[in-house]
Amino acid sequence: MLSRLASPRTGGLLALAAAIAFLPLALRNNYFYDIAILVGLNAIVCVGLNLLIGYAGQISLGHAGFFGLGAYGSAILASRYGWPPLAAMLTTTFAVAALAFLVGRPILRLKGHYLAMATLGLGVIIFMVITTEDKFTGGPDGIAVVPFSIGGLILRDERIWYWVIGALLLIAVWLALNLIESPAGRALRALHNSEVGAEVVGINAAEHKVMVFVISAVFASLAGSLAAHYSGFVTPGKVTFLHSIELVTMVVFGGMASTFGAVVGAAVLTTLPQLLTVFKDYEMMVFGAVMMGTMIFLPRGVVPSLARFIRSRRQKGSAASNGEAA
Amino acid sequence: MQYLLTGLTVGAIYALVALGFSIIFNASHVINFAQGEFVMIGGMATMSLAAGGLPYGLAIPLAVAAAALVGLALEKFAVEPARGASVVTLIIITIGASIFLRGLAMLVWDKNLHALKPFTGDAPISVGGATILPQSLWVLGVTLAIVLALSWFFGRTLLGKAMLATSHNRLAAQLVGINVRLVLFLSFGLSAALGAIAGILIAPITTTSYDVGVMLGLKGFAAAILGGLGSGIGAVIGGLVLGIAEAMSAGYLSSAYKDAIAFVIILAVLFFMPSGLFGNRGGERV
Amino acid sequence: MSVLHVTGLSKKFGGVNAVEDLSFDIQPGAVYSIIGPNGAGKTTLLNLLSGVYQPSAGRIAFGEHELTGRAPYEFAGRGIARTFQNLQVFFHMSALENVMVGRYLHERCGIVSTLLRSPRLARAERACREEAAEIMRFVGLHNYLSAAADAMPYGALKRLEIARALATAPKLMLLDEPAAGLNPTEALELDNLIVRLTERGVTVVLVEHNMRLVMGVSDHILVLDYGRKLAEGPAATVRNDPKVIEAYLGGAVAHDGSYGNEIASVVAAAVEMHR
Repeated sequence: MLSRLASPRTGGLLALAAAIAFLPLALRNNYFYDIAILVGLNAIVCVGLNLLIGYAGQISLGHAGFFGLGAYGSAILASRYGWPPLAAMLTTTFAVAALAFLVGRPILRLKGHYLAMATLGLGVIIFMVITTEDKFTGGPDGIAVVPFSIGGLILRDERIWYWVIGALLLIAVWLALNLIESPAGRALRALHNSEVGAEVVGINAAEHKVMVFVISAVFASLAGSLAAHYSGFVTPGKVTFLHSIELVTMVVFGGMASTFGAVVGAAVLTTLPQLLTVFKDYEMMVFGAVMMGTMIFLPRGVVPSLARFIRSRRQKGSAASNGEAA
Repeated sequence: MQYLLTGLTVGAIYALVALGFSIIFNASHVINFAQGEFVMIGGMATMSLAAGGLPYGLAIPLAVAAAALVGLALEKFAVEPARGASVVTLIIITIGASIFLRGLAMLVWDKNLHALKPFTGDAPISVGGATILPQSLWVLGVTLAIVLALSWFFGRTLLGKAMLATSHNRLAAQLVGINVRLVLFLSFGLSAALGAIAGILIAPITTTSYDVGVMLGLKGFAAAILGGLGSGIGAVIGGLVLGIAEAMSAGYLSSAYKDAIAFVIILAVLFFMPSGLFGNRGGERV
Repeated sequence: MSVLHVTGLSKKFGGVNAVEDLSFDIQPGAVYSIIGPNGAGKTTLLNLLSGVYQPSAGRIAFGEHELTGRAPYEFAGRGIARTFQNLQVFFHMSALENVMVGRYLHERCGIVSTLLRSPRLARAERACREEAAEIMRFVGLHNYLSAAADAMPYGALKRLEIARALATAPKLMLLDEPAAGLNPTEALELDNLIVRLTERGVTVVLVEHNMRLVMGVSDHILVLDYGRKLAEGPAATVRNDPKVIEAYLGGAVAHDGSYGNEIASVVAAAVEMHR
């Protein structure tokens, strides 16, 4: 039993749960709760995006588009048409999944730079449609969104939102870990290592890539819907190319092929700009520098590099003590 | 006719940016997402220097040189340390560079739109029932001159041929003694200069600001892909076609979606004709 | 038992006919070797037979299944597995995981079970691990059961690819130059392994340059030259075929019958040593 606790998976989940449970002790007022909730929302998107980038080895520079579709879908259905928020969210998620499935097939035939540009193009087109069709979407000014409610219960309090998002993040991480440690997850990692090697053992590369693309789109869309209800309004500001880049940066900074890395990346890169508002003017520069610096010096990201460092320290330690014992 | 002229003008700018993309891609198989920022630096730097009292004759070359220096620095400090890294890594590095440069520009200059005075006045000239600005003639003329100069450079000079050789087969080029690192280094400088010139040419017509590079960069990239990444002719033709398509759709369809044309083209080309009009079709050896 | 039936197979690259109008059958249970000078089209043929390349013309059928123009994963699904000349090992995974991936076709799990990690999945994973370990032991990799793929020596990696291919429980296995880069001891072990594979019921098709291995282990040989079939038949017939000798050693040699006889006797001696 104890050895199961020590496994990285269970240990990690417990650590995350503990972090979520005890963090409120450090959150002194609503402003900090707000940041924590934003971290949680970004983390959910990043966990999904990490499956695509880190495990399946693809890239998407347009995921803010899926986030935006989730947000606007929920906003429009719930606020303009009066749908119950849960129904709006589920319908929107389903629609986004369908879109990702349709577009996924042709897009994922592309590789490397071409794939990056195609996803970028997709994200920008979504942004432009949202900004232009202002009859539905309110254009550049956006629209107000009703708060989330199930039955008669309205979700308004920051603290309750915190627990909701925290729980959902745990579930998202759990789902992602399950996927990774399954035959399908192994197939994805195999695809990343050698696509032809994977194909000749019977893995349908296209199908798997599309599957993970859809899953990551669903995570992003759900997070978007929740964000819309939480903030009470939606604007195109979160649907930009820049936001897509921020998401990718969080994933690679935290560590590609590391689900917990994605959470860490989201946490660090969401909090830093908020806390450094005094450096608002330098924000862009710092962000760009972080992106470049991480990829040049820590290409595997923070969490895997740390893990490697700890492992090599431990090896050196045991080698030294072995040497002494002998 | 009007749309055609507008389209050609804008298209020429896209062509220059696209050439920059192609040159760097040829040398390194890297898509330089920061290409648009060179365009921005060209326009903004010229604006500052001109505002500081320098005549265009001095301001322009200085601005171009400044952009080229930035390009060289980018290659030296950001791209070279990460050579051999994965595609995702390189993409993020150049995107990071573009964001960094934009943030820097925001500090060095400001967030406002700035106007640049046209080279030879702004009285529109009548051509076949439509009007064209004198600046547009500069755009077309300079672009043509540059295209000719580049074909001479790549076709006739040793350095140019060395750069071409590197793009076809890096290893073979190294084996015959070509310094491929120098080629890469110079490619960035050259592309930056091209981008800057594009930025300077168009600034009098469309004004310039710290974030003008984003759209121009993306559209230049769309043009490069349309023509076939790595093909010089493709970049030029792609640029012109994109410019005209944009102008036509703004005129005849909806002007709101004018900017979307470039991205629809990106998707369409990548879905149906990934090697573009003039690119090579590669196969994968197993 | 399935016969691999190839008719009129051709593959063009631009203007080059890598493979031209090949027809042959591979009977189950045999060891079939494909030999030929460099550039003869052997690897291209293997790529065609595993779906990695699409033919320009011709037909491939396995048993009663039509495989022409299908994707590689469909070939695998019908029981054809392969290894690669340029290793396509999954280097960022462990050796065991590499072989476990080979079990993919036999482990399909619904998306819901996958995401929710049902107890059934956990049990299946454990079974998969054990099967993969057994296969690794079978091919002689018992020392590498807990190794990382990127920490293994070249010879072991070649066997890892064989293990991965074997994990798919194939009817037919295509081995692309499995002896390349192996020292004589390792080549002997490989010979042994191929025999054990056939004992396990797998039909083996071998592309090889190592003549000692080929002559020692093959029931049937196909000789390619410039993408065309030069000769075909049992080992003894093929090694004496003057066309084959000429293709390998050049025209002048074949015309002078005495030299040709010397070659044949050297090859025969090699075969004898092997037995």
